[in-house]
Amino acid sequence: MRLSFAGRLGAVYAALIYLFLYLPIAILILYSFNKSKLNAVWTGFTVDWYLKLFHNSDVLEAMNTTLIVAAVSTLASTMIGTLAAVGMYRYHFRGKTALDAMLYLPIVIPEIVMGISMLAFFAQLKIPLGYLTLIAAHITFSVPFVVVVVKARLAGFDKSIEEAAMDLGATPWQTFVKVTLPVIAPGVIASALLAFTLSVDDVIISFFVAGPTSPTLPLKIFSMVKFGVSPEINALSTLMLMVTLLIVVIAERIRLRKS
Amino acid sequence: MKSSVTTSPVRTETPAALKPKRSRDYGRLWTIGPVVVWMGVLFLLPLLLVLAVSFFSRSTFGGIEPPLTANNYIRFFDPLYYKILWVSCVLAFTTTILCLFLGYPFAYVVARAPVHLRNLLLLLIIVPFWTNSLIRTYAWIVLLRTEGVINTVLKALGLIAEPLPMLYNEFAVLTGLVYTMLPFMVLPLYASIEKLDKAYLEAAADLGATSWQTFWRVTVPLTAPGIMAGSLLVFIPSLGLFFIPDLMGGSKAVLIGNLIKNQFLTARDWPFGSAASIILMALTLLFIGGYLAVTKDKEGKGLT
Repeated sequence: MRLSFAGRLGAVYAALIYLFLYLPIAILILYSFNKSKLNAVWTGFTVDWYLKLFHNSDVLEAMNTTLIVAAVSTLASTMIGTLAAVGMYRYHFRGKTALDAMLYLPIVIPEIVMGISMLAFFAQLKIPLGYLTLIAAHITFSVPFVVVVVKARLAGFDKSIEEAAMDLGATPWQTFVKVTLPVIAPGVIASALLAFTLSVDDVIISFFVAGPTSPTLPLKIFSMVKFGVSPEINALSTLMLMVTLLIVVIAERIRLRKS
Repeated sequence: MKSSVTTSPVRTETPAALKPKRSRDYGRLWTIGPVVVWMGVLFLLPLLLVLAVSFFSRSTFGGIEPPLTANNYIRFFDPLYYKILWVSCVLAFTTTILCLFLGYPFAYVVARAPVHLRNLLLLLIIVPFWTNSLIRTYAWIVLLRTEGVINTVLKALGLIAEPLPMLYNEFAVLTGLVYTMLPFMVLPLYASIEKLDKAYLEAAADLGATSWQTFWRVTVPLTAPGIMAGSLLVFIPSLGLFFIPDLMGGSKAVLIGNLIKNQFLTARDWPFGSAASIILMALTLLFIGGYLAVTKDKEGKGLT
């Protein structure tokens, strides 16, 4: 295909931006395989940093915390959010606009405000910071995103199918499980994947509610970076990038299949 | 907002009053109930708590105590502090403008790419959008530090004798912010440019407009919702991303996010930290209100 001059210029520009977006990440990954610990001179290929990571008990514990928190909060937020999206789609009730606003706010206000407000809340109730507070916080910031994603999926859903099921004697629960859920399943799965990534990657809110004894992986990386750059951080970052990449590709496949 | 949520039927009626006459009421209770209770207790209540705390005084041991006072807010308008807010806003604004200028032509090219390429190109924007912003910040530290990749390469090429001081200054913070926030600008821009009907551009050209005129008088106004949504999505988080100034700015860059963080964790002055958070949130809501009013995007669809 022949491109005009402007078209070629555009293509070059886009390529440069992609380079800007990906080059730092590519270099980070590359240097996780570099033998040299101290500087950026390439001294040979090694997977030692990855092996070291799996012998670092702090990192393994952080990994454990991250996965438990992500699994529980994904499950809970997907349930709460999906039910909410279905309810808001199906019913009219007083205070619906207010509920919309309450679900919209957490998405748009700076994360730090949510982080410190939950810290203050847990401190006032004398709830010790740890798994429990992390999970509660992660559910809270994930629910609005789940609602948005599932609602988008419901937007193309014909209400009369639900009504038909109920007219034929199905209870709302039966209607939900046998009629609504199969239709919105791709949206629910996509929202769960989103909730999982949000949880695994969260820095700011976790920073305030994790407490000193249960850092998640991003918090572990944060404290490691404060002590300086090391190939181990590169290796850990690479692993986290791979997990995210995998999830995004799965989520995109689901999204594209629906349309 | 507060009052209307708490007076919604789900929460205020007693269990006896909730006894449904029809199964439809059960459905409503079980779908809407959990989200109202959860977000009410863990989002709204903590927010109201911060609002309350911001009117208390700091006790000797870092707790809160009466009397109620507006001093925390008055103190914020001490030049020392409102300058921090001002510098943060300038930095966030600069980030937004840079993202817009870098992102608009980019989003335009991607949205006009051949269909078979478009999904892949879009995926390549979404991946960084989803990846951890801390890791993306760290990647730049690897590049920019004294013993970093760029300095090593430049030295090896003999272009410099001494490493360039690229990290721990405002340039580094800005680079980190633009890099982190660019995908948040590009995605809404892409959405609005892709929707743009080419017929308008052809009509403008047929009527004798130059491509420059067409761009400024047709393309830009029609994609304005994307421009505004993207700008807001970059501007607001930029104010609170404390770890980028922390890691890339050294001790020089104290922004509103860092101020709030330090008041809560280091200075242990929760009332003042709360007041700063409320001011940050009020500012955010002001911008969002402005966005909603200007774009008439009543449900805030462009922002989610």
